[in-house]
Amino acid sequence: MNEIDAVVYSMGPSEFLGVNEPDKWCVDAVGGRDKPFMRIHTGGATGLSAAQAGFHHVAAGLFDAVLVVGADKVRECKDSQQVLNTIWDPLYERQFGLTTITMAAFQAVRHMHLYGTKEEQMALVAVRSWGNALNNPVAHLKGHITVDDVMMSPYYCWPVKKYDMCPSSAGGAAIVIVSGKKAMKLSTRPAWIRGCGEVANTVFLGDQMGGRAQMDFADSDVLAMAATAAYRQAGIRNPVKEIQVAELYAPFTVCELSMVEALGFCRKGESGRLNEEGFFNMNGEIAVNPSGGTLCANAIAITALARVCDGALQVMGKAPPKMQVKNVRNAVCTGEGGSFQFHAVMVLSADYY
Amino acid sequence: MNDGMTLRGGWNVEYNYAVGTTGKKFFDALIEKKIIAPKCSKCGLVMLPPRSFCERCFVPAEEWVEVGREGTIQAFTIVPVKFESLPEPPYAIAYVLLDGADTALVNFIRKVDLSDLGAAAKKLSIGKRVRVVFEKRRKGTINDFHYELIETGQARRQRSKK
Repeated sequence: MNEIDAVVYSMGPSEFLGVNEPDKWCVDAVGGRDKPFMRIHTGGATGLSAAQAGFHHVAAGLFDAVLVVGADKVRECKDSQQVLNTIWDPLYERQFGLTTITMAAFQAVRHMHLYGTKEEQMALVAVRSWGNALNNPVAHLKGHITVDDVMMSPYYCWPVKKYDMCPSSAGGAAIVIVSGKKAMKLSTRPAWIRGCGEVANTVFLGDQMGGRAQMDFADSDVLAMAATAAYRQAGIRNPVKEIQVAELYAPFTVCELSMVEALGFCRKGESGRLNEEGFFNMNGEIAVNPSGGTLCANAIAITALARVCDGALQVMGKAPPKMQVKNVRNAVCTGEGGSFQFHAVMVLSADYY
Repeated sequence: MNDGMTLRGGWNVEYNYAVGTTGKKFFDALIEKKIIAPKCSKCGLVMLPPRSFCERCFVPAEEWVEVGREGTIQAFTIVPVKFESLPEPPYAIAYVLLDGADTALVNFIRKVDLSDLGAAAKKLSIGKRVRVVFEKRRKGTINDFHYELIETGQARRQRSKK
């Protein structure tokens, strides 16, 4: 712990834990006493925002080594959607039972309407994720499931079904971000942070559909903006050719279809078909969520940080044996928070240049 | 929930949310069976829910206009399961672009048979027309109205009246 100069604590909403200011409780547990300590919170994007805060402190030359760490126990909350309903406006929207599941349903119906995406194509995202998670010792949900299993699972908010959704998980995650000099001393094969992007969107869902909407709620255009910034820094011109692994914060199946389009892996509306063709499989063009991703474990405060951990392990060649994708040079990790509002992207690389 | 011992607890905190001058104006109009919306003085964006400034131009929105009592579904869902403290299922909700508004406003869609989810979802598809129906007793809250589907025949009759 002596070599850690500062701690960034990755902590989203505290209402899932039911313990207020959880960062206060964890100072000693993470070795933060007597050190600079800050909490970062952008909802589901928290973990990636925290990683970027850590990176920026080191990149600015303030510190040589920053610990980015957090934990969450969403499972202790009786009904996490009761909490999530309160992220909507108390005057105009909360009364209608809005939750993150209704939010995913709105994205799904628009994706279906605009691009002809089918419920079965969304279901296949869960099938692949659960299968990948079999190779991840710390995934919460995993197994051999079929499209029929997903289709037969009960509707929670039409067209979103039980297996289209992430679980309420408990978990922790940590990374250490160090200066380039220190990294070369500590490791022969570190993960290099090559690009970062973070863009916020309007809180109003109704501003993103029809009328004079500047972007569509079906699309993750704000994620595309964040990805463009991160790719530019990383020197990535053709994401499909240059990125081998994507670890995405996609808490619902439709989110992943929308996100891979925004990340430039395919054109808008193509993701459902390409997914069927195996484009995003472990041995496909880009392995999407080799870990099983957010659909297989969601301890909200650290889920996006877990994406960074899994992306880093992939470029370092240190992922669990069957989870490791071959010849990974670049991995892209994302976080998404609020009502699909905060999008953060990080490009990790095996190469310094 | 798990095999270990747990201690039951909870938070129960009450609030008095400030409605503000923009909200008050909107809710007072609902009592009069009108839906009014602020309009940006620069780009003319008519915004619902109402707000005091245009986010796109970053200027105050002080002019108000009345929007239509019909609109078009932009997104919807049907909730068949019970969530803690949320409305009794099943219910249908939709974002509707009211005629004359530039952004969509969410509310319940009532009087749709929700016993068969697939059939109900077809009825509620994006692009379908709905009307605003005001409650008999209005309290100046967003629950003073809801949406109902306009059957195709009815819409034609109403248009021909104009």
